Amino acid sequence: MNPHCSAVSIRPVMARWLSWCLALCLVVLAGCASGPNAHPRDPIEPFNRGVQRFNDGVDEAVLKPVATAYREVMPDLLRTGVNNFFANLRDLWSSVNAALQLRPQEAVENFMRFNVNTFLGLGGVLDVASELQIERTTLDFGQTLGRWGIPSGPYLVLPFMGPSTVRDAVGMGVEASGDLVMGMDHVPSRNSLYALRVVEARANLLRAGNMLDQAALDKYSFTRDAYLQRRDSQVRALIGRDDDAADE
Amino acid sequence: MKRRDFYRTVLAVASVFAVGGAWAQEEAPDALVKRISTEVLDAVKSDAAIQAGDVGRITALVDGKIMPNVNFTRMTASAVGRFWRQATPEQQKRLQDEFKTLLVRTYSGALGEVKEHTLSFKPLRAKPEDTEVVVRSEVRGRGEPIQLDYRLEKTAGGWKIYDLNVLGVWLVETYRSQFAQEINNKGLDGLITSLAQRNKSNGKS
Repeated sequence: MNPHCSAVSIRPVMARWLSWCLALCLVVLAGCASGPNAHPRDPIEPFNRGVQRFNDGVDEAVLKPVATAYREVMPDLLRTGVNNFFANLRDLWSSVNAALQLRPQEAVENFMRFNVNTFLGLGGVLDVASELQIERTTLDFGQTLGRWGIPSGPYLVLPFMGPSTVRDAVGMGVEASGDLVMGMDHVPSRNSLYALRVVEARANLLRAGNMLDQAALDKYSFTRDAYLQRRDSQVRALIGRDDDAADE
Repeated sequence: MKRRDFYRTVLAVASVFAVGGAWAQEEAPDALVKRISTEVLDAVKSDAAIQAGDVGRITALVDGKIMPNVNFTRMTASAVGRFWRQATPEQQKRLQDEFKTLLVRTYSGALGEVKEHTLSFKPLRAKPEDTEVVVRSEVRGRGEPIQLDYRLEKTAGGWKIYDLNVLGVWLVETYRSQFAQEINNKGLDGLITSLAQRNKSNGKS
């Protein structure tokens, strides 16, 4: 699975949806009675299940068919280029996050990747940096918040964007405001690029999605438990590695 | 790389003799995982039927190479949780069978892609007296490396795997609350039925 796909698919509509969602959550939380078998980190499960049903509906009706057609039509080489292009933008953000996490090595590496690929790799379409063995460390703002001790808060399924937590949703909101695609002035180009990014991200997940359908007895709790575990382990690794470095 | 592997082999062989020649029992946990993964990878790479997702062939490979080194009873038991002890031996057996089928079918699709990948193992951080260890590895291919860890326990018959971690997600834990949910709603037999149904519908697709 592509670790940053969930974040990639989201940004533009993000800020608007985030505010809606948080408002909704408050309403639901106020009237929420969780049963004896409720997951301790998922107090608003009924609401989350509703959003996931909505997301699955949108996915079945629109996104999955489009992504499937896209995968059929696009040559692999072109798709690699598209992937590289968006991954390159992502590297710049990872570099910022690495800096915010006081990880100079990762910050410099990611920043070098961005420069090398942007200027030598035709604006990021070619991944020259990987050929040169410059490591990529993908980091997002939710991890940065976690790195500085902010707890994840309850599990949250966001409309259109899928699994998240309160902390990660805030992180996505912050990243949305700094998103290079969203910041473009030419609106048709911006929207096309955004759509391309969403479709490409979904196309990458087609296989994983099929696997999830097969593996899960209950797709909702499977997704939730996997998401929470994965994010926890990423944040633990960030904190743990800093302990090893023993800079204090 | 080659040379280091050679030295490692020499070292492993030497330590086995030093302990007194009890071959299989003395294989170190990381060496065991490395040996199994290498054997499985080689088998997959040389078998077109497995790459195409032939479930019969994959099951044979799993039963022959992987299962002898897995404590699948413990895996199933800890996924089922506190209800395991309430289950009859018959229920326990059916739970194990269905759970295994589910996992084999789920992961068989991924096997076709492993030919482009290589494995790299991280140094084992464990004390000699430890009876439970974590072996960490990475699958490297296109894109970012995929974290792949194993939990192993020491038994009279050598080290056995009892949990698997992909990208920071432990397999058993991910099934635990789904299983609990089914058992709370429909009982142990309900869970067995759900697993069997899922396997049946997976078999059709």
